[in-house]
Amino acid sequence: MTARQRGWFFAVAAAGLVACLLWAFTGLPGFGHYPGPYGQVILGQAVQQTHATGVVSAINFEYRGFDTVGEEFILFTAAAGMSVVLRMMRGERERQPADEAESRTAAPTSSSIRVVALLLVGPTALIGWWFASHAQTSPSGGFQGGVILASAFILVYLSGEFLTFRRLSPVALVDAVEALGAGGFAGIGVAALVMNLPYLYNYLPLGQFPGAVSSSGTIALISFFVGLEVAAAFVLIVSELLEQTLLRSA
Amino acid sequence: MGIFPFLVVAWIMVAGLYGIVTSRDLIHQIVCLIVVQSSTYVLLLGVGYITGGAAPYFWDIPLHTKAVDPVVQALALTDVVVEAAVTALLLSFAIQAHKRFGTLDPHELAEFKG
Repeated sequence: MTARQRGWFFAVAAAGLVACLLWAFTGLPGFGHYPGPYGQVILGQAVQQTHATGVVSAINFEYRGFDTVGEEFILFTAAAGMSVVLRMMRGERERQPADEAESRTAAPTSSSIRVVALLLVGPTALIGWWFASHAQTSPSGGFQGGVILASAFILVYLSGEFLTFRRLSPVALVDAVEALGAGGFAGIGVAALVMNLPYLYNYLPLGQFPGAVSSSGTIALISFFVGLEVAAAFVLIVSELLEQTLLRSA
Repeated sequence: MGIFPFLVVAWIMVAGLYGIVTSRDLIHQIVCLIVVQSSTYVLLLGVGYITGGAAPYFWDIPLHTKAVDPVVQALALTDVVVEAAVTALLLSFAIQAHKRFGTLDPHELAEFKG
């Protein structure tokens, strides 16, 4: 099939898809008139039930907690899958980092990028930590906080310190943190089973609301473990990709 | 206003699909897949919006203030995480394809047999 035929084929299919979508959209309740009762029921009860003022986190880590375990393991599996796909192949060996285009004179990392990136490492790590530990009160949570924490490590790489980045995040340590994060979430659920309660039941004291960091029982704790797991998974993914630049077939 | 956000969804989705179909580079194709998936965020958040609703966080607003649907927001969060995982895996497949066949062009890759 030539590119031209492919284009026409797509145009016909896309026109059909758009027509079906428009037909479906006209049947939706208009923008701003969502009739779904489930969200409103949760809005009416979540804060009293869980003492979490962040209802989205309450849904993620409590009402739909079981789904979120699965979701967390999607990320876990993806990071593990990447390690497998990008494993060192037969005939590949690691070599010193060198510029691929030898004729090009690459500019060294400018000192302003270096300074700004290194200055941002501390605040970024702090913000990530704050996000991961405040899911119960504000628009934040383990998933968001974990990504920000991981970017603190990536800033070290951005400042031109690839070797420091590798030393700061040795694969064995990152693997252990990731396992701790994923296992912690699942373990909190299993602990409920041991106490003869339903899986992921919120068995910790709920604390005072609105807005105490210690409020919401297991929600805050689960969010923190998710933060660890997400941060480790992203550091692992990034370092897997970076290490590819060092591998060459011998 | 009624249907406008949903038209944006259709536009983003079809634009991404067009990119996937016409792409000559695997990395570009992966980015186009991200564009397609972004349409689902707009759809989820658009569907759950309630006119005049506040964000579903009751830290500094009184309880029982009218708020937008929190369930679709939680779903959008799930969506973002899955997208990140899928992207990471697809990128590593692209790296392996380039290592093995020396090209990222899907048309040329189609000629190879694994």
